[in-house]
Amino acid sequence: MSAFSTFDIAGSALSAQSLRLNLTASNLANMHNVAGDPAAVYRGRQAVFQAAQDPFGSVLAGVDVLGVIESTAEPIERYDPGNPQANEQGIVYASSVNAMEEMANMISASRSYQSNLEVINTAKDLMLRTLSLGQG
Amino acid sequence: MESIMGVHEAALLFRARRMEVLAANLANADTPHYQARDLEFKSVLDERLGAATLKTTNSRHLAIDPLASRDSLKYRIPHQPSLDGNTVEADLELARYAENAVSYQASLLFATGKINSLRAALTGGR
Repeated sequence: MSAFSTFDIAGSALSAQSLRLNLTASNLANMHNVAGDPAAVYRGRQAVFQAAQDPFGSVLAGVDVLGVIESTAEPIERYDPGNPQANEQGIVYASSVNAMEEMANMISASRSYQSNLEVINTAKDLMLRTLSLGQG
Repeated sequence: MESIMGVHEAALLFRARRMEVLAANLANADTPHYQARDLEFKSVLDERLGAATLKTTNSRHLAIDPLASRDSLKYRIPHQPSLDGNTVEADLELARYAENAVSYQASLLFATGKINSLRAALTGGR
């Protein structure tokens, strides 16, 4: 048993939440992309989280990112013959990323990041105090 | 011989372990189907003080550490369960984490006091 596993646990959450923030940034940056082919349109990306299992039997081991999934929502069809990317019928396909959902996701990720950072800071303080136990 | 720290050594171990449990809850605040857990002070204290511990008579026997066993970990009953099956309430967990940190510091203070009084006894207060 080591008190330092708190840092591993909270650290895994920091990296998971920052991945989520990066994906939100990517989704927001690409939400206005259009394409003439529905298959080529940008699809929103989301991280999938799973509670990590410690291989040595202890039940506590932070969070794992299983992977990144792409949204299966249908792209939005729009008639825009002036667009250079429109197909022969004058149709462009726009990404179905929802800005409101992404903003809510961003706030959730940043709050979680903050609370895990707080966990690390507190644990660091306590460990430093423990190290100086009995001095002075 | 009883440790000079007395109960505070076990208390520090408990607080450090609970810190990990609460950190794991907070780390999984956004994980679907994650069930929040917590260590109960009373049950761990009972296991530490109570006589119901397994004796090891051979070096190959496994000692049971109450802090490491899964039995002392209890699942939390959420006030507001969420739709994805996650039972972590981040603000409550953070409050418990802060409370645990203060208790840890209290145990550290007691241990420091023990050390200081031992040192005073050894040096004759000089």
